[in-house]
Amino acid sequence: MEERILATARDIEGLYPHVHIWGWPIATYLFLGGLAAGILLFATLYYLNGKENDMPFTVKIAPVFTFFFVAFGSLLLIYDLHHKPYFWRLFTAFRIESPMSWGAWTLASVSILSLLWPLSFVDSIEDYLHRRGWKRMDAITRWIIRMEHRWAPLRWLIMFFRRYRKLFAYLLLFLSIILGIYTGILLSAFNAHPLWNNSILGPLFLTSGVSTGSAFVMWLSNNKKERRLMSIIDMSLIAVELFFIIHMIMGMQAGPEAYKEAARLFLGGQFTVWFWVIFVGFGLVLPFLLEVFEVRGFHVHPAVPALLVLVGGFIFRIIMVYAGQMSEYPFL
Amino acid sequence: MRYAMALDTKKCVGCGDCVVACQTENNVPLGYSRDWITEVVKGQYPDVFLHFESQRCNHCEDTPCVRTCPTGASHVIEGGIVKVTHDECIGCGACIEACPYDARYFHPDGYVDKCTFCDHRVADGLDPACVSVCPTKCMYFGDLDDPDSEISQLLRTREHYTLLPEAGTAPQIYYLK
Ligand code: SF4
Ligand code: SF4
Repeated sequence: MEERILATARDIEGLYPHVHIWGWPIATYLFLGGLAAGILLFATLYYLNGKENDMPFTVKIAPVFTFFFVAFGSLLLIYDLHHKPYFWRLFTAFRIESPMSWGAWTLASVSILSLLWPLSFVDSIEDYLHRRGWKRMDAITRWIIRMEHRWAPLRWLIMFFRRYRKLFAYLLLFLSIILGIYTGILLSAFNAHPLWNNSILGPLFLTSGVSTGSAFVMWLSNNKKERRLMSIIDMSLIAVELFFIIHMIMGMQAGPEAYKEAARLFLGGQFTVWFWVIFVGFGLVLPFLLEVFEVRGFHVHPAVPALLVLVGGFIFRIIMVYAGQMSEYPFL
Repeated sequence: MRYAMALDTKKCVGCGDCVVACQTENNVPLGYSRDWITEVVKGQYPDVFLHFESQRCNHCEDTPCVRTCPTGASHVIEGGIVKVTHDECIGCGACIEACPYDARYFHPDGYVDKCTFCDHRVADGLDPACVSVCPTKCMYFGDLDDPDSEISQLLRTREHYTLLPEAGTAPQIYYLK
């Protein structure tokens, strides 16, 4: 038997009994990043497949929201920094080895592009909003169109983006995949936390992010075909997610003691109910079943599975951020 | 040059002088400390053994803290000493998450702080404050690349261990058994 105790005072917040310096802001940031990645992935993919008129919400309207998601996520990240006045240092360096670094650059590029993307569709967005009766958003869009007519630089910018839209679509598609993977790799880069340190976390977070993206479209679109398609896509994504989750836990179980200990957090430990009942049960399996019913023709309001997926995705990130920090090598 | 530290667990009595010396030398804020003493109890009554470990940043050979730092504030200087440049640090905490040894913390001013191996003293040819103050002379600081240094000789002749080698960081604080 070996027992280790701290013999001198170390009255430092966030280190004992285990590291706890990241909380809900980081989890929310990861959630919003994944959601934005999912929305942009569908928007660019369907645009490149020539579906911009069949799936107007997916291609044109949903991306309007991504700028706000990404911007709010970035604000949360800055809010969580302890040395805030120096946050600009993030952008005076590019360090490929540090996920936090290339993630910040990806986020900055995505936020700019996700502002320009809907701007380039501004006329048809105005048309859509008007028909749908979303008055406030419509008013803002009309104001932007007026600005476009009055202010030449804005007009040039929009024209430029329109002309090279296809190129930007490819770029944005690539960046959205990077963004989605990044939200997982940010955590999996930490060896010191066995729960995070597995290579499936990147793909898992990407899949979960894309799933929340499809749920978002499913929830807010008013086009039956679009909703149904997103339902089917989301079902497959949830299946993949479940597979990744089982794979992740089996991987930890097969690992050294510290990794088994990490798996125990979900297998009888403190997070068991949160993980299996709340996240897997209500955030994955239930919406999956509801989507199956819906596709089979039963009447299920699409907002129900969509909101379950969205809330589930958020809770999943909260669980991973908190549980991951509790998973450490036995140490003092 | 590869600086390292060896601590003789046979001599350490856990007095904590190294902790106080570091706090004084480096102006560590009240309640905080860059080094600390861990009491290790092994075995079962009546065969119980106790020893102390004076712990601090291991100035690892493979540094996850430097790797994950987005700004380059965490870096390695001559001799393998791991340091943080305060006004490049944004206080994101990535390095704190990356270190398996709890060696880093947020200074009340926001940046990340940790043991520097007293590089300002080492540059003048002195030992780190903790080493020079130890009343039992249980700590040795020196260059592992020099086969004749006291620390190289000790590591050749005495059995030793490092903390959490399984974390894969190649720590450079050695504990002599
Ligand atoms: S002990 Fe921690 S802070 Fe020090 S070099 Fe190793 S990983 Fe970095
Ligand atoms: S807290 Fe400072 S030193 Fe640590 S990783 Fe972030 S920027 Fe680098």
